[in-house]
Amino acid sequence: MSRQQFSLNNKIEPILYLSPFFFGLIIWTLYPFINVLLISFKENYNLLTGSYKNLGLGNYIYVLNNLKFLNALRNTGIYVIFTVPISTFLALIFANLLNQKLKGIALFQTAYFLPLVTSATAIGLVWKLMFNTNFGAINQILSYLNISPIHWLDYPKNNIYTLIIFGVWNILPFTIILLLSGLQNINPLYYTVAKLDGASDFKIFRRITIPLLSPTIGLVLIINTISTSKVYSELFPIFSGRPGIADNLYTVVYYIYDLFYVKWDLGKAAAASVILFLILFALTLSQLQIQKKWKHY
Amino acid sequence: MQVNLKNVTKKFNDFKAVNNFTLTFEEGELICLLGPSGCGKSTLLNMISGIIPVTEGKIFFDDRDVTNLAPQHREIGLVFQNYALYPHMSVLENISFPLEIKKVEKKEREALAVEMAKLVKVDTLLDRKPAELSGGQQQRVAIARALIKKPKILLLDEPLSNLDARLRLEMREEIRRIQQETKVTTIFVTHDQEEAMSISDKIVLMKDGVLMQVDKPQVLYDNPLKEFVSTFLGNPPINTIKGNYNNGFFEYNNQKIKLNYHTNEEITLAIRPEAIDFDEENYDFKAVIKERFKIGKEELLMLQFNDLLLRTYATDELNKNVGDEIGLKLKNKGVFIFDNKGDRK
Repeated sequence: MSRQQFSLNNKIEPILYLSPFFFGLIIWTLYPFINVLLISFKENYNLLTGSYKNLGLGNYIYVLNNLKFLNALRNTGIYVIFTVPISTFLALIFANLLNQKLKGIALFQTAYFLPLVTSATAIGLVWKLMFNTNFGAINQILSYLNISPIHWLDYPKNNIYTLIIFGVWNILPFTIILLLSGLQNINPLYYTVAKLDGASDFKIFRRITIPLLSPTIGLVLIINTISTSKVYSELFPIFSGRPGIADNLYTVVYYIYDLFYVKWDLGKAAAASVILFLILFALTLSQLQIQKKWKHY
Repeated sequence: MQVNLKNVTKKFNDFKAVNNFTLTFEEGELICLLGPSGCGKSTLLNMISGIIPVTEGKIFFDDRDVTNLAPQHREIGLVFQNYALYPHMSVLENISFPLEIKKVEKKEREALAVEMAKLVKVDTLLDRKPAELSGGQQQRVAIARALIKKPKILLLDEPLSNLDARLRLEMREEIRRIQQETKVTTIFVTHDQEEAMSISDKIVLMKDGVLMQVDKPQVLYDNPLKEFVSTFLGNPPINTIKGNYNNGFFEYNNQKIKLNYHTNEEITLAIRPEAIDFDEENYDFKAVIKERFKIGKEELLMLQFNDLLLRTYATDELNKNVGDEIGLKLKNKGVFIFDNKGDRK
């Protein structure tokens, strides 16, 4: 093999290895993204003919003035604001428990991670039964505590709480895994030193575990904010395929889905998608900014 | 505080990591636990600190039995090999953290921390994070953190092993200085005999969990009671020859060394490099010069004796070259005889 061929091979080879990834990225991420952006400016866009009435901000103006969309934005916001901190807080407790060196801890670890490998829809149906006002497990447990039955599913105002409870449960295992791996990366010697000085478990948790875990907590907050902002599939099993019992619980992605598949209004659906993207983008950037200030070392 | 060990033993399953130690460390002394890796010196230190429970025997601090006392109640300060400074805290926070745990008021604990930082000379680095410090500086901070609670005993586990050669020299002098200023009883684990020889009041030399000899460094060097003690201490290392004593001569492979001893038996002759004189008329044995090395102010001589190489120092008057045979005489000091069990005769 001549020297020139060899150097040519050197250039082609890495490109060949990288190409499947770039191929996928271009076809399934980059192209759709640009296309959605373009469609969002086309009023009354028709997918089949490719025709449209006007090029402009009409779709955006419609969406941003649409009460249903604003309501969806509010619902999604409430969902994110409650689900992310609650699940992170609970996951922190569970991850700490699962990080103890106890007999049979592997069994508990498996139990906690099991929801991760089950389908959200299948589990959602189980939750629907558990939420049932008359014979559901949740109201049954509450009755032992002398709390009268709550209309989780059939009273519209309660629907958001029902969704939040299911949502917290749904992202808990993934959050626990991330936090647990973060915990296991902390050098146990720090705990030994602190214990030698007589530090209480709570003191160690507050002054050593939390600061050293803060990069992981930041990552968890970003990932969960993004994933919960896209809440949509959780609605189907619980509310029989509708956004809340009285169509009262539109979320942003459900709204987009509704515009696209049901109303066949692609331009407006695309505009709503772009708005969601911009909101998430801004949220992520600000969270990264905050995390920089958190970083202790 | 005086530390008393009474028949202290540590077993890991059937393996005896520390075997029946009875020892006393006097108040204010700097004691080195010295031995090759795996000899149980860190295990012994961790039993004194309380991190590892004792299998058999008792540990006393003065007259107080601390065998079953939790580490945090033993009034000790510990420094680990890799320092274990909290990476998210500044130097000041690191040093004052033990007092924060004791709920000492912020102003008071910071004042004490600054005082400690001055003692170990890191008072200009108080706002830095551990990652911004050199190894030696981290070591100083770790010592300050261990000392801030005014412990009765300071325990250091291989504190210099992570430092480069020059810093190691500097830090061992610093540890000596800090120990002398605070007068805290200090127990120091190391596998480096030079380190132990240079700073300690007393060396506890261990091998395979067994106590070999405890004494002042110079006594261990001049008067080793076991063959292992004589070979472990000293650089360049001692020359050992295993052979038989027969009527006025030590014999190795039919080659003889004139020696004064009382019984005919198998012995090991151990000769410090500095215990060999050159004497062409009245010599004890002869050997051939194999190599001469000039190292700094000293010149090291390698002598071929039968199939063995012996080390000694050349004198300025020695006018022999490589390949020449020379007559050698053993001094009284620095020549030891051990029996086949390794005990001094």
